[in-house]
Amino acid sequence: MQFGIFSVGDVTRDPTTGRTPSEADRISAMTQIALAAERAGLDVFATGEHHNPPFVPSSPTTLLGWIAARTERLLLSTATTLITTNDPVKIAEDYAMLQHLSGGRVDLMMGRGNTGPVYPWFGKDIRDGIPLAVENYHLLRRLWRERVVDWEGQFRTPLRGYTSTPAPLDGTPPFVWHGSIRSPEIAEQAAFYGDGFFHNNIFWNREHTEAMVRLYRQRFEHYGHGAADQAIVGLGGQVFMAGTEREAVRRFRPYFDEAPVYGHGPSLEEFTKLTPLTVGTPEQVIERTLGFADVVGDYQRQLFLMDHAGLPLPVVLEQIELLGREVVPVLRAEFERRRPAHVPSEPPTHASLVAAGPSSPHHLVVPAADRLAALEEVPQDGARQDGARQEEVA
Amino acid sequence: MTRHVVVVSAGLSDPSTTRLLADRLADAAGTAVAGRGEQALVEVIEVRELATDLATAMTTGGLVTPALARARDAVASADAVIAVTPVFNASYSGLFKLFVDALERDALDGTPVLIAATAGTARHSLVLEHAMRPLFSHLRAVVVPTAVFAATEDFGDGDAAGLGERITRAASQLAALLVAGGTAVGGLGRGHADRRPAGVATVTPFTQLLRGRTGRTGAGGSTTTPHR
Repeated sequence: MQFGIFSVGDVTRDPTTGRTPSEADRISAMTQIALAAERAGLDVFATGEHHNPPFVPSSPTTLLGWIAARTERLLLSTATTLITTNDPVKIAEDYAMLQHLSGGRVDLMMGRGNTGPVYPWFGKDIRDGIPLAVENYHLLRRLWRERVVDWEGQFRTPLRGYTSTPAPLDGTPPFVWHGSIRSPEIAEQAAFYGDGFFHNNIFWNREHTEAMVRLYRQRFEHYGHGAADQAIVGLGGQVFMAGTEREAVRRFRPYFDEAPVYGHGPSLEEFTKLTPLTVGTPEQVIERTLGFADVVGDYQRQLFLMDHAGLPLPVVLEQIELLGREVVPVLRAEFERRRPAHVPSEPPTHASLVAAGPSSPHHLVVPAADRLAALEEVPQDGARQDGARQEEVA
Repeated sequence: MTRHVVVVSAGLSDPSTTRLLADRLADAAGTAVAGRGEQALVEVIEVRELATDLATAMTTGGLVTPALARARDAVASADAVIAVTPVFNASYSGLFKLFVDALERDALDGTPVLIAATAGTARHSLVLEHAMRPLFSHLRAVVVPTAVFAATEDFGDGDAAGLGERITRAASQLAALLVAGGTAVGGLGRGHADRRPAGVATVTPFTQLLRGRTGRTGAGGSTTTPHR
């Protein structure tokens, strides 16, 4: 199982000191957090992508490239990459480049983004969120899997004879996750392609997380990628730890009360009860996190949100160290103990995808094509008119 | 057949004038449904009891507490709704609107709704027509023609203003919609029986979402050279 950190990249005032870090401070902090994650034995660092203050990570591959240069093992990912407002052509290029520079230590998570004005700033309409996610992602898959692409769609200028460069490392596109809190269409999309599904899991309700993951698992099986319990699931979570629960609550409460997303709303106690937020001892974090598998089934990736609400860098680094020393080793062992042998322990990695060979389903634009034919859910828009190859079916 | 009638009452005190009116409307609706040979099962939501739950939902980007989830589900699955608010500053109360804002999309689509309001004086009675009715029209509810307004004086002057008669007429109109609802002609828009239940229930198959979005156009347009 993979464990890691995901960062929103917000610049938030520390409510206990009144100090607001500069953008330079925050960008440097994100790098140090990623380096600390590798030092602590974690597997993944994922950055958010935002195009408005108070957030700094507008250019994820620049940040991740710099981190890649300073790490050996750490897998670099996103939470999330805006598949709606970014040009899929640029995503294809940027992340293939990052794949080469990092030696394949890249995967990425697609998200729609919920900041209204970002859509018009990038020439899009938020009401097209789902169609944008569908069309753009399909183009991204084609760019990474077909040498020359002719393409015409609703949202970007047509492509004629376009080849995305560099080609993915070892001809093997990165593994992709799709993140969504509430949209069943996105769980369906992840299942259709046999991609991973990530639920941010920060604002439960528990029932929502459970229902979304169940839908994804059922549809993953429906599309023939494997059994439902073999689908690739990731979850978020947030924790704050100290030697005693009392101490953890005492230290975290001022940050919680002023936090940008939920501050001045529910109490820390209510929020802890209603959501996966755990403020307490490492043992409590272990127990709560292990419980997630009872909600969504055995899963493959757990990311923690640690650097938010204005928590100062030294505290975040201390938390990551604690996570790596006392929590993750136990979680690894316990999650493996309960995992049935046929359920994958890890999401696909560059190494595993290369090992699977060029004829593995990962290399198909639509891996479920044969299955769809059997289910009579194809073809769509005349894609088969010229006896098209398998991957051109949908 | 038993019809599920949900009363949303946004009074602030206990007992409140709003709840008094809500109860009279619920009783009248029960009688009117019985008069059509069916039975009404009434459930009352006191919005005041959800005040902190609503604040939590609004300040967290939509975290729904178990109590709020139950209330939302009740409204979404109701066969009819009776919505009663006090008038504050020439409109429905803020608390009432918080609850409406916390409902799931399409929760009231096609649902018969009886609107009612209370205030200190009759001068506010048009709140029902300029605030409540447009609100529920926006939510695509089927709003009963007779809206019921009760000023404080209506509870004391021997019903000279005809409150009792308005209650009976509104309840009868609601019952007519309610009992007719189950036998409505299919295919004429989405009846409320077709509403999606709360949560993740149905999914559009991806081949449908992908239709026309694969970037391949016209005959012979598919000239890709796979290799990667």
